[in-house]
This record gives sequence, C-alpha cells and structure tokens, in this order.
Amino acid sequence: MSANFQDRDLVLPGDILYEGRIRTGENTYRNKDQVYATRLGLVNYSPENVNVVALESVYNPLVGDQVIGEVFDIDLGEWKINIGAQSEAVMGIPDAVDRPFRTEFIMTRVLDVGDTIIAKIVDLDRRRTPILSILGPGLGRVYDGFTIRITPSKIPRLIGKKGSMINMIIKETGCRVVIGQNGRILISGLSREREEMVVKVVNKIEQEAHTSGLTNRTQEFLRQLKERPR
Amino acid sequence: MSKKPTTKKTVARKPAKSKKAGKSWKRTDGRTFDELRTLKIESGVLPNADGSAYIEMGRNKIFCGVFGPREMHPKHQAKPNEAVLRCRYHMAPFSVDPRRSPAPSRRDQEISMVMRSALEPAVFLERYPRASIDVYVEVLEADGGTRCASINAAAVALVDAGIPMRDLVAACAVGKIEDKLIVDLGDYEDKKGQSDMPIAYMPKLNKVTLLQMDGTMSTTEAETAINLAIEGCKKVYEVQRDALKKKYSIDQPPEKPVKEFLPEEPEEEPQSEEGRQ
Repeated sequence: MSANFQDRDLVLPGDILYEGRIRTGENTYRNKDQVYATRLGLVNYSPENVNVVALESVYNPLVGDQVIGEVFDIDLGEWKINIGAQSEAVMGIPDAVDRPFRTEFIMTRVLDVGDTIIAKIVDLDRRRTPILSILGPGLGRVYDGFTIRITPSKIPRLIGKKGSMINMIIKETGCRVVIGQNGRILISGLSREREEMVVKVVNKIEQEAHTSGLTNRTQEFLRQLKERPR
Repeated sequence: MSKKPTTKKTVARKPAKSKKAGKSWKRTDGRTFDELRTLKIESGVLPNADGSAYIEMGRNKIFCGVFGPREMHPKHQAKPNEAVLRCRYHMAPFSVDPRRSPAPSRRDQEISMVMRSALEPAVFLERYPRASIDVYVEVLEADGGTRCASINAAAVALVDAGIPMRDLVAACAVGKIEDKLIVDLGDYEDKKGQSDMPIAYMPKLNKVTLLQMDGTMSTTEAETAINLAIEGCKKVYEVQRDALKKKYSIDQPPEKPVKEFLPEEPEEEPQSEEGRQ
C-alpha cells in the first residue's frame, strides 16, 4: 500500500505508480496488486484513485467538443471530415444547412473537398464515429488563416483557467485564434508577424505545458516578442 | 546530449562467463564482452508524424515515425475488436556498402513482421477497434543489429505518439564469436560470429517479446546469453527513458523540429500591418 512517486512526477508507460488496492484513474492499468502508467505524463495521487495527466495523447472525441477538421471526401448525403481522431467524422446535410432539403441541392456548393471547417461534435454513433454539425455561432467553413497542430492533451493549458491564456494571446496579438479540442488551432491575423507570434507562443506553451506559472511567463514571452526589432 | 558509452559498466559477471571471456579479452572495436555500443536516442524529431524517434546505436542511424491510431485502409483489413499494428522496416539504398535495392526484400518483410510481434504485446490494441497504428522505420545507415535498434526506436516513438502502452520494449542482441559470448553485436561480429540471438524485452513487466536465433549455442550458453541480453536491454531501457524525459526537462527543452507552418509569402509585401486586407 504505497505510492512510488511524488505528485506531479513525470512517469512513463510501465512505471509502477502504486502498490496496493486503489482505484485506477485515467491512463493507468492494474496488473495484480500494482497500478501501472500507460502514457507519458504527470502522476496524480488523490484519495479516491491514481491517475496520469497525459502529456502525449491521441484525440478522444467527446460530444460537445469544438473541433477543426478538413473535408476529405463527399459521400451520399454526407461529408467525411478528418479531425485527427481514430475514425473519420461524418456530417449529414441537415447538420450543415439550416433549410429544408430539396432534390436539386448540390453538396459541393456548401462544402467541397479540401475545405477546413470549425464544427461541433453533436453525437457519437454506435461505432463511436463522431457526427459533426456546423450549425451554430462561430461554426462553419473557414475562409481565412491557417491551422497548426499540437498534442490534444495540452489544449486545456492553451485555454487556461476560464480562457485566461487564450484571451491574453488574442488580446496581445490581435489575431483570431480558434482552438479545436482535437489539437488543431486556426490562426488568422492582420499581418504575418503577428501570426508568427501566435505560432511561437503556442509552441512554447506546448513545450512547457507541464510547468506551473505558465500564463505569466507566456505574457512575458509575448512582450519580449513584441519588443524584438524586426 | 548523447549518452556516452559507460566504459566497462560493472555488471555482476557470472563465473561461467568469465571463464569464457577473460577480463583482458577485447572485441574488434575495443569493447568488453558485455559492453553496448554508443547509444543515443531522441524523441519527437519528425514534425509531421504523431510520434517519432531517432536512434544511433553504434553506427546504425535509424528514424522511426508512428501514425495513428487512425482509420484503417484498406478497410477490410481492420479488425472489429482491436487495432492493427502495422510495421514497415525499410533500408535506404545508401545504408549499406554495395548499394541496396530500395524495393522491399524478403528480409525487410521478415523484420517488419518481427518488429510487429515484438511491439504488439506492449500496446493496448483493444482500446482502438477498427483502427490502425502504423510504425515506419527507415534505416539510414546500417551496422549490424538494425532490428534491435529499430524496435528500440519504435518503442520510444509509440510513447511519443501518446499510444497507451503496458511497458516500453527494449531490444538487444547477444552472440558468440571465437566461442565467447558477446552483447550487442556489430556488423563484423554478426557476419563472422558463430551465433546471433536478438531479444526484445519489457523491463518493468519482466517479459520477453522476441527471441530469435541464428547459428548454434549449447543449452548453458543459451541460458547465459539470454541473461546477458536482458542485462543489455535494461541498459537500453535507461537510455530510452532519458530520451523520453528529456523532451520535458525544463532546463533545456530540445529544439522544436524545424517546420514552417506559415502560408506562402504574398507576392507583394504590404507596407504596414494594416496594409494587408
């Protein structure tokens, strides 16, 4: 009955986190009386369970998530969208167009292959295929900007407490930054320098996501970037 | 940065071995019988892969990229109850001295299969039904023991990709040359030796996931050899751990892989920030 690490220690798959009876939390598994980690991350012991906050993970789609994806195929009555999850997402016509369906409807007029969209996961079907919708405020086809990718498990750090981090970045750079829970980030700004600033800041946050006091350091980093002569 | 070979790392030598390999006996490259080659591993080196690793094991130079879990193509090969781990081992044409054909050979196919079966027990495949996890290994420079080095790189890349694993997999070969057992064979020892036995091993779970053998060994030799290889795997494991942890060391974060994310520069550069509409 003992913990083998300190709280917030970096652990790797196979590390024995706890010996004895305890509930297994996220990114852990039990083998006999030992609890092992399954992912690289920070261990977290709580009275109820032991879990690992993953630093590298694959996107696990959940209902309600806002995601950024690319249309890669059009099927009968549905678009196929790559959101970087284990299975491709689909979006039917009623989830894309808010008007009655007519037979002369042409799907490519709404979205074509290669378009990037901001969408919301409205449901997961029986095979856990995500079903998307672009009906809603802030959702729809993207006309401007470019996307970058980070590890999906670091998105909460990029958003910060009640959006403190992302709001600070938007305020300091003046760029439009849209975050998808699947680790894709859409950036569009008035000038290339400012867009580059966002890319640098996001990369820095990804690298240092496991450290504390990140928002203040990021603010400092942004100030330095702004003052640097071009 | 690179972990220097710990010269003569003291590992408890068993009497049976010391009879075979005296303390003064050195190999062609100056190593003692249980010494590994210089081992250097880096993780997260390929910006477009979900996870990646680069390994230098002696003169072996190998890149590994992991993609997935992602949709299986062709779809009929997907399994309804678990993910499929696909490995591709490939040697670059310039990786060995007479140039090698880039077409996949019978040997490449075998090593791909061997890697897959060595890594499969460590991965929670049942968590991603119908998906595929693709492991691509590219050998840039080969110097014996590439299958072990590839498995070492692939294990690090799988963790870097965030794929749930039971344990890391470390691999190391043992062999026999001039009737002496040696660990981590180089190219010369591989070709001139009497026997070669690559072993992949999960250190925390204490399980062997791969055991192959070429040539001949007596039963007692084989037993000693397996123990020697496991000792070697444990040394490799420490380097793998360091490689994965290094990415998160706060003092000196490794350089971000160079990749220009930004779109092409517009034809005419606007004069001011507001100039670009």
